[in-house]
Amino acid sequence: MKYAFFLGCVMPNRYPGLEAATRNVAKVLGIKLLDMEGASCCPPPGVVKSFHKPTWLAIAARNLTLAEALNTDATTLCSGCYGTLKDANMILKEDAAMRERVNKILHDYGKEFRGTIDVKHIVEVLYRDVGIDKLKDLVKKPLNLRVAVHYGCHLLKPTEYRTGESSERPKLLDELVEVLGAKSIPYRDKMMCCGAGGGLRSSSPDVSMDMAKEKLENMKNADVDCIVTPCSFCHLQFDRGQIDLEKQFGVTYNLPVLHYVQLLGLALGLDPKKLGLYSNATSADPILKKL
Amino acid sequence: MAKPQRNIIRLDELDMDFAEAVAKAGGEKINLCIQCGTCTASCPSGRRTAFRTRQLIRRAMLGFRDEVLSDEDLWLCTTCFTCLERCPRGVDPTDVILALRNMAVEAGHMLDQHKRVAGYFVKYGHAVPLNEENRKRRTSLGLEEIPPTTHKHKKALDEVQDIVKKMGFDKLICFKWEKGEK
Repeated sequence: MKYAFFLGCVMPNRYPGLEAATRNVAKVLGIKLLDMEGASCCPPPGVVKSFHKPTWLAIAARNLTLAEALNTDATTLCSGCYGTLKDANMILKEDAAMRERVNKILHDYGKEFRGTIDVKHIVEVLYRDVGIDKLKDLVKKPLNLRVAVHYGCHLLKPTEYRTGESSERPKLLDELVEVLGAKSIPYRDKMMCCGAGGGLRSSSPDVSMDMAKEKLENMKNADVDCIVTPCSFCHLQFDRGQIDLEKQFGVTYNLPVLHYVQLLGLALGLDPKKLGLYSNATSADPILKKL
Repeated sequence: MAKPQRNIIRLDELDMDFAEAVAKAGGEKINLCIQCGTCTASCPSGRRTAFRTRQLIRRAMLGFRDEVLSDEDLWLCTTCFTCLERCPRGVDPTDVILALRNMAVEAGHMLDQHKRVAGYFVKYGHAVPLNEENRKRRTSLGLEEIPPTTHKHKKALDEVQDIVKKMGFDKLICFKWEKGEK
């Protein structure tokens, strides 16, 4: 099993712990991750697609050609990157006129979008390609944790173009969490957005953080040990957000934030250091002590 | 006694072709809207701000071009797609909002914070570029100090910047090449 590994921005440049976790977990699972040398920002729906869709599509197409050159499907840990690459891939496969226009630009750099690959979120890879049964067999250390699962938005929506999961009552991530021995705890407004996307974190940090605050309060009220997200940007929002909210309002949540690959790594018995669990802004100690 | 306030909408001040222009810019199904308000009721941003998706769409359909494009509330959507999933008419409100944002930027309405982030993207190929702290963190985690992206490959960055210029994105965001920033 091999994939072109799309890094994006937040993971390699702000949360390299997630990158380390993914590379180490992939080794255990026998997944080969091929680097997409020279890839750029995806670019995101909030801050490039919102400004100029043609630029968004051209840059996304360039990234897709890098995966095509590796002759394998692309995967990513960020739901924003996933949304962009998945959408751009579909548009360019289906719209011949658009493809021609983009290829005219890419041609100058010896690149051509051919439409030969698919884009998969890492969570999809684990759920469908690796499979829940295989993950179950590989668990060395069942996790006795109460987990608040946060799906985020772009993994599931628009449902017409995503994984086929319901956007109101999805099961995929809850199942992935529970197969590791942990318990997914229901909480109020579980499907609500973290508030980071759409360019909001940069333009209206107060509104953005207010959304994160509401979610954190709902999670805390459900008495969970940690938050698990499938997305590096949601991860940043909840992890860094707790520090910001403490400074701003004096509220503390002490809720460790883990990307799903980090949680999986713990269940596979990997060293927390190798999973970047000491690189978060909000300490992961409470769960490491509990395990 | 205070004079009664009258809000008179003059038809000649409205852009009657605006909804059509929004449709062409990517909000294809704007005209299907029946103003039911499911979008506003589903909006996590509207729950805490004055942002009202239904109102935005109504104003766009009526032709309030300048009011819609200059309204900073347009930038309060997190693109969570909840309204798009729930809209009973399949208007795809998120696509309408993205189309309006593209039109707003073209009309010169872009927030400074967004120009800054877009500037990072143009300068580094990354909207969130690497910093010193994370170079060290990468090394301590056993990763390459510089990720194998446009950060590592100058030729790749040149390519991205060349595409950006060809698309006119640098001009759109007022990027100053000589200063290397917006």
